[in-house]
Amino acid sequence: MSAAKTFKRPDGRKVDEMRKMEAKVGIVPNADGSAMFSFGDTIAIAAVYGPRKMHPQHSQNPEKGTLRCTYSMLSFSVSDRIKPGPSRRSTEISKITEWALEPILMIHKYPNMVIDVHINILQANASTRCAGINAAALALAHAGIPMREMVSSVSIGKLDKQLVVDVNKDEEDWEEGEGATDIPITMTPNGMVTHLQLDGKITSKELKEAIELARKATKEIYEVQKKALKESLNEQMGED
Amino acid sequence: METPRLTAERIKEYLAQGKRFDGRKPEDFREISIEGNVSNKAEGSARVRLGKTEVIVGIKMGVAEPYPDSPNKGNLMVTAELLPLSSPRYESGPPRFPAVELGRLVDRAIRESKFIDFEKLCIKEGEKVWSVFIDIYSINDDGNLVDAAGIAAVAALKWTKMPKYDEKEGKVVYDEPTDKKIPLAKDIPICITAHKIDGTIIVDPTLEEEDVSEAKITIGATPEGVISSMQKGSPVELSIEDIHEILETTEKVRKKVFSSIKEYLE
Repeated sequence: MSAAKTFKRPDGRKVDEMRKMEAKVGIVPNADGSAMFSFGDTIAIAAVYGPRKMHPQHSQNPEKGTLRCTYSMLSFSVSDRIKPGPSRRSTEISKITEWALEPILMIHKYPNMVIDVHINILQANASTRCAGINAAALALAHAGIPMREMVSSVSIGKLDKQLVVDVNKDEEDWEEGEGATDIPITMTPNGMVTHLQLDGKITSKELKEAIELARKATKEIYEVQKKALKESLNEQMGED
Repeated sequence: METPRLTAERIKEYLAQGKRFDGRKPEDFREISIEGNVSNKAEGSARVRLGKTEVIVGIKMGVAEPYPDSPNKGNLMVTAELLPLSSPRYESGPPRFPAVELGRLVDRAIRESKFIDFEKLCIKEGEKVWSVFIDIYSINDDGNLVDAAGIAAVAALKWTKMPKYDEKEGKVVYDEPTDKKIPLAKDIPICITAHKIDGTIIVDPTLEEEDVSEAKITIGATPEGVISSMQKGSPVELSIEDIHEILETTEKVRKKVFSSIKEYLE
């Protein structure tokens, strides 16, 4: 642990310290459910439409409903403007997001229907897919879609040999020593893993530690998500 | 059109008495609010709310070759995306006509009003000029995206801090913003779109009213009334009297809108 104490992160955080998180639901009045989630400078918004009938008919699945996620970064969310429209990266992240969320949804209750989740990144400083998944999970809950549990997503990084939580852009570009390893992980409050990716270089022992770190971090995120949902309920009660 | 016929008829009945569902008069705008710094990676950005309608606009700048017909002028590109997030009506995919129209209307209001001094955005004639990208995104569509986007674009341009340009390397250094502003004219262009519904001229329609609208016309002009862009939409004719009425109404409306957004733009 002594290495962990002396390790300097570019923005001065402790190795297990998250950036400031914010969450709010009900940000898009047109949607059936919507939410914003941010890790520091990384801001994601998500909106849910549905469940509604899947069109065209041949795409309908009589066994269960379909969860359809679309992840997209706004052109001005990064330094070098992104050309609008889907890319290979955004297509993959969209699919990963579906896989991260579907296990918690009682999607069998909606045969032939589709639930659309649209995720947009307004401002990016790494961990955008994790912020997107956190916002999407909130939006689904806000839409009142039956869910077994919540999910929370965090990126664990390994900078040289040091594990850290909630990687930012400077850390993602870490070049010293063994360089940067990026491990986005999504978990339920009970510690079931619904999503895991890894880019870099890591031993299985370190990976186990990374998962343990993610377990702690996702608990913190879960509290932030829960608070946002409760706040929106209180507001609704206030209105009535 | 997705507004039921029953609602459409009721909207018309109301308008015949000079009333609207939300209590406004035909020439009333909804409340406007403007917010800056929506995205700190953009050189400038703004969020505009018009009632329940919400749009965000971000400005990115780059260095590129000028167009052959304007070797000493900067470039402008305006794009709009109607995010599927913003309405159950929008789907992912290549831009359809309403998105193209939104981008083009804002483009022409800004370009034709000479709001941006493009000659000052020239770095080296015939070789290097600044490109200004204005990207518009709908966040919640409850009608009149065009007028909201026009205001957001002007605000974002006003708040833009140009990035540093490293001439030796020929690269833009994005993380070192300068205090330099985009050279802008004093008078801002404002888009006002008027709609004709069953003989009544209204402005700032809600989504339902937009569905019922028979004809529309978007006018880009300065608060002083200098018109620089105009476009009639929808395949229904307007009489000369209609156009006169629209010109008079929008002129009044534009002044009011300007006085309500002025404080944000100083």
